[in-house]
Amino acid sequence: MGGMPQRRQTGAQRGTSVRFDRVNKSFGRVAVLRDIVLDAPGGVTTCIVGPSGSGKSTLLRCANLLERPESGRILLGDLEITAAGANVDAIRTRVGMVFQHFHLFSHLSVLDNVSLALRKVRRMEREQAEDVARAKLAAVALDGLEQRRPSDLSGGQQQRVAIARALAMEPEVMLFDEATSALDPELVKDVLGVMRDLATAGMTMIVVTHEMRFAREVAGQVVFIDQGRILELGAPDEFFDNPRHPRLRHFLEKVL
Amino acid sequence: MTEGLHRIVSTFFDPAMIAQAMPEVLTVGLPNTLLLSVFASAIGIALGLLVAAGLLSGYRSVTLPCRGYVDILRGLPHILTVYLIGQGLPLAGLAIFGGNTYGYAALAIGLIESAYFAEIFRAGFQSVERGQVEAARSTGMTRLQTMLYIIIPQGARRVLPPLTGQFILVIKATSLVYLLGLTASQREMFAIAQDAAINNANLSPLTAAGLVYLALTIPTTYAVNAWDRRIRGVRSARPVEGD
Repeated sequence: MGGMPQRRQTGAQRGTSVRFDRVNKSFGRVAVLRDIVLDAPGGVTTCIVGPSGSGKSTLLRCANLLERPESGRILLGDLEITAAGANVDAIRTRVGMVFQHFHLFSHLSVLDNVSLALRKVRRMEREQAEDVARAKLAAVALDGLEQRRPSDLSGGQQQRVAIARALAMEPEVMLFDEATSALDPELVKDVLGVMRDLATAGMTMIVVTHEMRFAREVAGQVVFIDQGRILELGAPDEFFDNPRHPRLRHFLEKVL
Repeated sequence: MTEGLHRIVSTFFDPAMIAQAMPEVLTVGLPNTLLLSVFASAIGIALGLLVAAGLLSGYRSVTLPCRGYVDILRGLPHILTVYLIGQGLPLAGLAIFGGNTYGYAALAIGLIESAYFAEIFRAGFQSVERGQVEAARSTGMTRLQTMLYIIIPQGARRVLPPLTGQFILVIKATSLVYLLGLTASQREMFAIAQDAAINNANLSPLTAAGLVYLALTIPTTYAVNAWDRRIRGVRSARPVEGD
């Protein structure tokens, strides 16, 4: 197995961008996403905030095609992932995803959780895959827990295993879907710390979150979604200190 | 009152009759019953897994035939299916087992049971949380890989109790082999007991067979339940933190 393919360089940007171009999605007759236009630049963390049911998770899940938009295009770098015939499985190896409820494979050890896709998707030998997995676990400060079952770990540890599992595939983009919402308050910090390190290292990240402080400190841009529409988008300082849309002002009053 | 009781005892529970039938039930019948049960279950479980995977494949061209397979095999009287396979295949020139009655019987019973096993597995696989599947797919695993490495291992251990119940039904269903005609040494437990009952005009030999069926099925049930508790105990002892 060779190294990862060279990341595409777009202009002066580093890293792979994700672009949503007039994306629409509905569940039955309920429109969840309406004409979403969003550019998540390479190497930048884009935080998405908004009330529950606003469509922010759905937007995120469109970025690795766990949901399919009804119309509009989504581009990963130069590749249109919404195109007919796009190789969904190959696309997903380039986009890591971390879920609110971790979703670790409950029948597998921590090490197997992280190495499974390397072996089955990347077709690595077990030994090599486990070496990579150990390194990824060490990177999220979980070395020594390789043989444990997910159910033996705290929520914060489980979420860091989930991050290691996603990182093992060497993704170009990481998606976080309320990754700390299910955690006890004292466990949130560790997970946010790992996410902050990733952002600093230049990973392209799209982060759906309720952690406003994280958004202010780590995000390159913050997006406010309400009722399936992007109502405001800006740099964190501008976004939090000088919100223009009344609904964002109302939202920030409630959560800050 | 006591006379009625006495008649019941002498008809069903005559110790001499039971003792007389028992040796042949054990030496000839039991091995044949076990042989048929194991082969029929192996066929039933292997096919059942395949059909369950087909039912959940999400492709209509696969799910519809699988659905039809399950509905037909569960809906037909088992006796008819045993005739259709055991006599139908050789008649159609498909004498795949030659003159071996057991081959046809195991296949027929295996096919019948595969329909029931398929439904058990389907329910088990569907009980695997959607999040597990999404997590697997989001690492780039294909549908098939997700099925093989996530859904089947997790689903299969949840269905141990209903699988055991079905296995017990298989053990009992093996008596249907008599429909295909047996030589004396080919008879399984029930056939031997029935022959003895007819020859002696007394139903106690059937009780002898019944006792051996119970000796097979009850320990199996308890052993599997204990195994099941051990698997579950490990997993559900601690609740997930922060959940």
